[in-house]
Amino acid sequence: MQIRNRGLIAKAGDQASVWSPSPREQERRQKRIEQARNRRLVAIVSSLVVLGSIAILIITSPGWQLVQETFFDRVYGQEVLPKVILGFVTNISLTLIAGFFIAVFSLTLALVRSSRSPALTPFRFLATAYVDIFRGVPLLLVILLIGFGIPALQIKGLTNSVVVLGGIAVIVTYSAYVAEVIRSGILSVHPSQRAAARSLGLNQFQTMRHVILPQALRRVTPPLLNDLVSLLKDTGLISILGVTDAVRAAQIEASRSFNYTPYVTATILFLLITIPLTRFTDRSLRISMEHQNAQGVA
Amino acid sequence: MTNVLELVNVRKSFGNETVLQDISFAIPVHTATALIGASGSGKSTLLRCINLLERIDDGEIRLDGEEITDPSINTDDVRRNLGMVFQAFNLFPHKTVLQNITLSPIKVHKVSKDEAISQAFALLERFGLKDKAHEYPDRLSGGQQQRVAIIRSLAVKPRLLLLDEVTSALDPVLVNEVLTTVRDLKLDGMTMLIATHEMAFAKKVADEVIFLDRGVVKEFGSPEQVLGNAQSKELQDFLTSLKSAGRL
Ligand SMILES: Nc1ncnc2c1ncn2[C@@H]1O[C@H](COP(=O)(O)OP(=O)(O)OP(=O)(O)O)[C@@H](O)[C@H]1O
Ligand SMILES: [Mg+2]
Repeated sequence: MQIRNRGLIAKAGDQASVWSPSPREQERRQKRIEQARNRRLVAIVSSLVVLGSIAILIITSPGWQLVQETFFDRVYGQEVLPKVILGFVTNISLTLIAGFFIAVFSLTLALVRSSRSPALTPFRFLATAYVDIFRGVPLLLVILLIGFGIPALQIKGLTNSVVVLGGIAVIVTYSAYVAEVIRSGILSVHPSQRAAARSLGLNQFQTMRHVILPQALRRVTPPLLNDLVSLLKDTGLISILGVTDAVRAAQIEASRSFNYTPYVTATILFLLITIPLTRFTDRSLRISMEHQNAQGVA
Repeated sequence: MTNVLELVNVRKSFGNETVLQDISFAIPVHTATALIGASGSGKSTLLRCINLLERIDDGEIRLDGEEITDPSINTDDVRRNLGMVFQAFNLFPHKTVLQNITLSPIKVHKVSKDEAISQAFALLERFGLKDKAHEYPDRLSGGQQQRVAIIRSLAVKPRLLLLDEVTSALDPVLVNEVLTTVRDLKLDGMTMLIATHEMAFAKKVADEVIFLDRGVVKEFGSPEQVLGNAQSKELQDFLTSLKSAGRL
């Protein structure tokens, strides 16, 4: 009875100390190193040829001289940098603050929509209507409606700050998108997980909190990071209300000097944040895919 | 002898298809009952009905004499007294083995964390899985996963353990590993209802065997009686087909 099959399972680690690669294996490793070196070489040459041709095409074009002066004026670019950075700080802080409220609000929306509790029926209906409406209206319109509409109401005690109103518009719209992403994650968790949790005696809330939601959020992390990148870019839209963000700051400078270099400065600032974020998103997507494939049995 | 589980004329349909009909039997305390029958005969559905994962259309199910099919009963309370292990492994992939086992004791049964962990380790030790405590399920073999699932359902000290073909997704060596675990539980006095395709195992472990045929209890009795002396043509055919598939 106590004799289990454990003895049959060979311990691979036992032989590790005496093993050293055979000549054939050493040969193979050598070959793999050579192959890798060749691949790198091809990649470098092809990149040089392609990028070089593009660069030559641009530089030899008839308008290049003028473009260089009006878009890539180094000295002027550095001169406006502090002002554009000051505006960019608005974009960043708005992204962080709005991001926090979006996370809380969208999670609430997604949970309400996914719940089955009869007490929540009216809220479920409201949440669905909310998501439908705000996913169907362009963000720019929401910004204009809230940014100009709320002050027009002239309600006492209500803020007229354009940054706050613009921020609210962004939160309101993004929450609808993000709620749907989270809800799709919740729906993607296999029903057997719910059955297993319920059969262990966990109630609906505990099942959601400890079993469904952690798996759902892990799955939707890559798309959510994508939304974070869009959010940063879309905060630029509130410049339409007169908020001096990076876009607006660049615009003010450019219209003063009739030189477009400030736009390029703003572009570089955005890319400095978004490119690493996008790379990170890609990586997390790959990891999350690998993880899901590994648990194919369940 | 007192009965842990009693079914009286249980009926269950999905749409127009009646999957279970007039199911009546009882399981006395400390006994194991094997549930056999062809694929699609309704074994999983029956277990899911007992666990209140499906609602029955007629009849009564009683656990320790209390009717659990009463609409006013708290299903969470009922499930606290039932352990269930599924056909496919239903471990939580985002939690380690230890977290899988301690989740319900801590959250549902309000056992202290330290105590839950030490009880989990005692179970893991007993079933030879102690060194896997901190692994995630996808790093375990199929047999190990299934044994963890069994341990997880034991950790809540159920009155009745429902096992749904816990070996059907495993290769033969791993099957033995899991079946040994189930037999150990039997010796501990656990009351069990086991849906299985392993007739040799049913013969060894079960006190009673139920043969389910298209949702009806066709035969019911001791393993010798049911498996050795089949009365109905359906059971004879079923046993013959198992024999030709080399599973008897
Ligand atoms: N949720 C469902 N909706 C509709 N029909 C279902 C559902 N679950 C099961 N059935 C049907 O009920 C019948 C019994 O299924 P069940 O899974 O209980 O069989 P089983 O005896 O466990 O089979 P197996 O040995 O293959 O696991 C089948 O005909 C199946 O198609
Ligand atoms: Mg089944």
